[in-house]
Amino acid sequence: MTSPNRPRSFQEIILRLQNYWAAQGCAVLQPYDMEVGAGTFHPATTLRALGGRSWAAAYVQPSRRPTDGRYGENPNRLQHYYQYQVIIKPSPANLQDLYLGSLRAIGLDPMVHDVRFVEDDWESPTLGAWGLGWEVWCDGMEVSQFTYFQQVGGHDCRPVSGELTYGLERLAMYVLGVEHVMDMPFNDPDAPIPLTYGDIFRQTEREYSRWNFDQADTDTLFQHFKDAEAECARILSADPVDGAGRTIPMAHPAYDQAIKASHIFNLLDARGVISVTERQAYIGRVRALAKACADLFVTTEAAQA
Amino acid sequence: MPDLLIELFSEEIPARMQARAREDLKKLVTDGLVNAGLTYASAGAFSTPRRLTLAVEGLTANSPTTREERKGPRTDAPEAALEGFLRSTGLTRDQLEARDDKKGQVWFAVIERPGRPAAEIVAEVLDSSIRTFPWPKSMRWGAGSLRWVRPLHSIICLLSDEAGATVVPLTVEGITAGNTTRGHRFLSPDAFTVTGFDDYAAKLRRAHVILDSAEREAAIRQGAENLAFARGWEIVPDDALLSEVAGLVEWPVPLMGVIEDRFLDLPPEVLQTSMKEHQKFFSARNQKTGRIEGFVTVANIETPDDGATILAGNQRVLAARLSDAAFFWQNDLREAKAGMGAWAEGLKSVTFHNKLGSQADRIKRIAALARELAPLVGADADQAEKAARLAKLDLRSAMVGEFPELQGTMGRYYSLAAGQPENVADAARDHYSPLGPSDAVPTARVSVAVALADKIDTLAGFWAIHEKPTGSKDPFALRRAALGVIRLRPNFPVSVILEKQVERGLLAAANQHAVGFRATIRINTPDAKVLEEAVDVIRTFPLTEKGEVWTKEAHEQFLEVREAGELYYLSSAPEDHFERFNGQAKAGRPENIAADLLSFLHDRLKVYLRDQGIRHDIIDAVLAQPGNDDLVLVVNRATALNAMLQTEDGRNLTQGLKRAGNILAQAEEKDGVEYSFGADVKFAETDEERTLFAALDTAEPAIKAAIAAEDFPAAMTAIAHLRAPIDAFFEAVQVNTDNQIVRRNRLNLLHRIRAAGQQIADFTKIEG
Repeated sequence: MTSPNRPRSFQEIILRLQNYWAAQGCAVLQPYDMEVGAGTFHPATTLRALGGRSWAAAYVQPSRRPTDGRYGENPNRLQHYYQYQVIIKPSPANLQDLYLGSLRAIGLDPMVHDVRFVEDDWESPTLGAWGLGWEVWCDGMEVSQFTYFQQVGGHDCRPVSGELTYGLERLAMYVLGVEHVMDMPFNDPDAPIPLTYGDIFRQTEREYSRWNFDQADTDTLFQHFKDAEAECARILSADPVDGAGRTIPMAHPAYDQAIKASHIFNLLDARGVISVTERQAYIGRVRALAKACADLFVTTEAAQA
Repeated sequence: MPDLLIELFSEEIPARMQARAREDLKKLVTDGLVNAGLTYASAGAFSTPRRLTLAVEGLTANSPTTREERKGPRTDAPEAALEGFLRSTGLTRDQLEARDDKKGQVWFAVIERPGRPAAEIVAEVLDSSIRTFPWPKSMRWGAGSLRWVRPLHSIICLLSDEAGATVVPLTVEGITAGNTTRGHRFLSPDAFTVTGFDDYAAKLRRAHVILDSAEREAAIRQGAENLAFARGWEIVPDDALLSEVAGLVEWPVPLMGVIEDRFLDLPPEVLQTSMKEHQKFFSARNQKTGRIEGFVTVANIETPDDGATILAGNQRVLAARLSDAAFFWQNDLREAKAGMGAWAEGLKSVTFHNKLGSQADRIKRIAALARELAPLVGADADQAEKAARLAKLDLRSAMVGEFPELQGTMGRYYSLAAGQPENVADAARDHYSPLGPSDAVPTARVSVAVALADKIDTLAGFWAIHEKPTGSKDPFALRRAALGVIRLRPNFPVSVILEKQVERGLLAAANQHAVGFRATIRINTPDAKVLEEAVDVIRTFPLTEKGEVWTKEAHEQFLEVREAGELYYLSSAPEDHFERFNGQAKAGRPENIAADLLSFLHDRLKVYLRDQGIRHDIIDAVLAQPGNDDLVLVVNRATALNAMLQTEDGRNLTQGLKRAGNILAQAEEKDGVEYSFGADVKFAETDEERTLFAALDTAEPAIKAAIAAEDFPAAMTAIAHLRAPIDAFFEAVQVNTDNQIVRRNRLNLLHRIRAAGQQIADFTKIEG
C-alpha cells in the first residue's frame, strides 16, 4: 500500500477530495451549521435534490449520532464524525468513473485493490427518502455509499441526483493503515506540532458520550422537540407575502426546524426515553416536517429548471 | 437462419437478482418472438455483474404471411356497427366483401398480414422487454425516465448469419443499439466490437470477463478447493454463497487467508457466519483439528502483487470484524453466566408485533403454555417452563443482534454457560424446529414442549388479532407453524390449549391498545393542560407496567374509561386505536377463535396427509368423528382406515355400512323417529339375521376396546369381520317388510351396524 501517492494525514485526505471534486466542477461548500446525523441532511442535498434545477456540490459534513458514542474507546465508533458528501443532479453517466477517480486521488489504485459495487439500497424514514445504489467495497471494506435518489420528502426526484457519501474516518484509517481512530494523524506527522485524531477528539467523545447517555435533560429536550415542530409548522403556514408586499416563502428556515427536531429525537433516543411504540410515531412526525418543507421548497425559485 | 445476440450493459446488477433476470430476459424475448410468428432453435441467457446477455440460435429470417377471414355485421346493420368493424380490421369499406349468410347478406373482411423481417420484430420485442422488465426493484437515473435495475449504458442487438452481422436498428430512450461492449472494468476497460455470440464470448474472455455464471462458479469452487487442499484443509460447501459471489465478479480470483489464532476459540458457527455475512468469505476447515482456521475471499481482479494488497486488506477487515465478534462473545458469556437477567429485561422493549406486545410478553405466554404442555408430552414441567423462558433470551445478546441467523445456536451456548442442563439448553437451539416440511423434528421431551408452545402461541396470537394467512399471503409463516405443530405429533386434544392461548393473545392485544393509547396522547397533545387531564383519565385504569399481561378486571375497566379517554384523543393520531380496539372486541370469543384455528390446523393436516397419499374423503370421514382435535389420533385413524380401504374386504364393508346408513336414514326420515335401541335377536327370522347379531356381539366390544387403546389397525380388523355377515344379511333379508315388529327390529339392527362404523369414521363421507 506504500506509494509516493499515499496521503500522510486525515486532513490531507479531505483536502485531496476537496481538490478532486472541485476539479470535477462541483461547488465546494462548507458544512451546514447545525447538528445533523448525516451529510444527507444538509439542505444542499435534501432540498437541492428536489426540483428541476441542475446542481453539483461537495462538502465535508460533521455528523452526530449520539447512540454511537463509546467514550472514545472503540477503535471505529464515534458519536461525532465526518462525512464527505458529493451530490450531482442530474446524475452524470460517468458518475462511477468519477467516483473511482476520487479513490485514485486519495491513493487507492483500483489496479492494486479490489473495488466492488455491492447492492445496498438506501432509505431515510425521517426524510421520506429512498434510492438505489451500492456500498462500495475496497478489499472487503465498505468505503462509500453510492445512491441514485428516487424520492426525497415524498417527491419523485426528476431529474435524479447521484449521491456519494464517504465515511471519512473509516476510509482514512484504511488508507493510512491505522488500527484505532484515535491514533490517526490528523495533520502531518512531521509537522512541528503533530496532532492525532485523539488529541483533538478523545476528550470530546468522552464528554459527549456522558452527556448523550446520562445527562441530557429529557424534559427540556421533549420541550425543544415540540418547539421545533411548532415553529416549523408556523413558518410553513406563514403568509408567503411579507409586510412590504414581497413574496418570500421560507422553505429553508422551516427545514432548519425539521433538522433540529430530528437531532433532538436522536438525543432522546440515546437517553433511552423513547419507547418502541413511540419511536415510529416520532420518526413519522419528523418525516411529516421534512415532507412539508419539501412541498414548499419545490414551489420556490431554487427548484425551478 | 440468423442468430441473435442481445447484451444489456449496465452498472452493477445486484447478485441476488441475476439468476431470475436471466430467466426473465429469455422468456420475455423468446415469447415475444414466437408470438410475432418467428421460431428459433435454442436460446441461452447469461449474466455478469454488469451485463445481461441473451443468445438465440436458428431464428427464422421472416415471420410468415398470414391470412384471416373475419365475419362482420349484416349489410343492412346500422352505420355505427360497420364503422366499428372497419376500425377493428383496419380496412376500408371497399376492401370488404358482401357474402350471403344464413341470415342474409353479411360483410366479410379478408385481412392479409404480410410476413415481416426478423429485425423489425426483434427491435419491437426488445424495446418492450426492456420497458416492462420485471426487476424486483428498478430505478431512474440522470434526466431520463427509463427504468432499469441500475443505469443502463449500452445495448448490443445483433443478427448474424453466413452473410455477416447486422445491427438491429433500435433506440431505447436515447440508447442506440450497436455491436460494441466493454470488458472488465479495470483490466480491460476499452470498448470492442463483436460479430456474433461466439466472437462475443471469446472476446469477453480476452477482456477478462467470464460470461457464464456457471463457469465462474466452477472456477471459484475449483480455485478455492485447490488453495485449501494445498494446506490440508477443506472448504465448507455453501451453494448460496457460491452463487452470490459468482454474481459479484466478472473475473474471479480466489485468495486464501488464515484466521488469527486469537479468534479460533470462537464457536465455529460464529466464524462461519461472520465471514459469510459481512465479507462473503468461504470458510476453510482444518481436517486435522476439525476447526475452521482459514478463509477464501474471491477478488474480481488480478494484480501485479498477486493479490497481496487485497488479501492484506481483507485480513485486516476480518480481524476487525472478528474482534467485534470476540467482544460480543466475551460480553455475552459474562451476561449468560450472570443468568441472562438483563436480556430478559431488555426483551421488554423489543416489539414482537405491535398488536401483541413485546418479546418478553410473548416469552411469558410461551412459558405458561410450555408448562401446561409438559405433562402431555412427557416432559418435566419445571424444565419445560425454564427452557421456554431461556430459549429466546439470546435475541437480546450482542451476537444475535449482529447475526440474527445465529438465534438458537447462541441460545444453546449461553444456556450452557448459565449452568443449565443439556436438555434445557438444547431446547434453545431446537425449539424453532421444524422449520420446513423436511426439516428435522426435535424428539427430546423438553424441546418438544417448547417447540409446540412456541408454534401454538404464534398461531393463537395471530388468530387473536385476525392476522390469518390469505391466499398466497402468509407474512408470519403461520402455515409453516401449523405444519410444525402437526409434525411435532401432539397426541392429546388441543382444543382447550388453543382456547387458553388465544385468550392470552387477546389479553396481550388489549394491553397493547392501552399502551398505544397512552403513547398517542403523549405524542399528540401539544397542550400540557389537556395532556395532564388525559393522563388523569389513564390513571383511573390499573394498567400494569408495559410488558405485563393485564388482568380481565383491568380489561373491563379499560372498556369503561375508553369513552372518557376518547375526549382527549386528538384526530391527528396516526391510527385510531379505539376503532381498532372495537373491531377486535367484536371479533369473537376465545372459543370461537380457537375453533377457527383448529379448522385451520385441520386444513393443514389434510394437505399433510394428502402428501402422504391419503385421500381427502378418508380424512373428512375421520375429521367428522369426535376427538378430531387430537391430531395424532386423526393421523392414526386416517392411516388405518386408508390401509383397510386398500383391501377388498374394506371396500365391500364400506358399501355395506353405507347401505345400512342409507336405509336407516330414509326410514328415520319417513317415520320421524330415530331407530337407535332395542334390536332383539328373538325377533330375527332368518339365519343371516341371527349371524349378524352374533357377529355384532363379538365385534362391538372388540372395536370399543381397540379404540380405547387407540389401536386402529385392530379396530379395523374387528370391523372387517362384519363384512361377510352384513353382505349375507343384505343378500337374504328385506329390511322394509310389512311386519312392523320385524321391520323395526331390523332397523334397530341396522343402527348397531351404523354405530359400529361410527366408532371408527363417518363412512357416509367415503366416496365410491
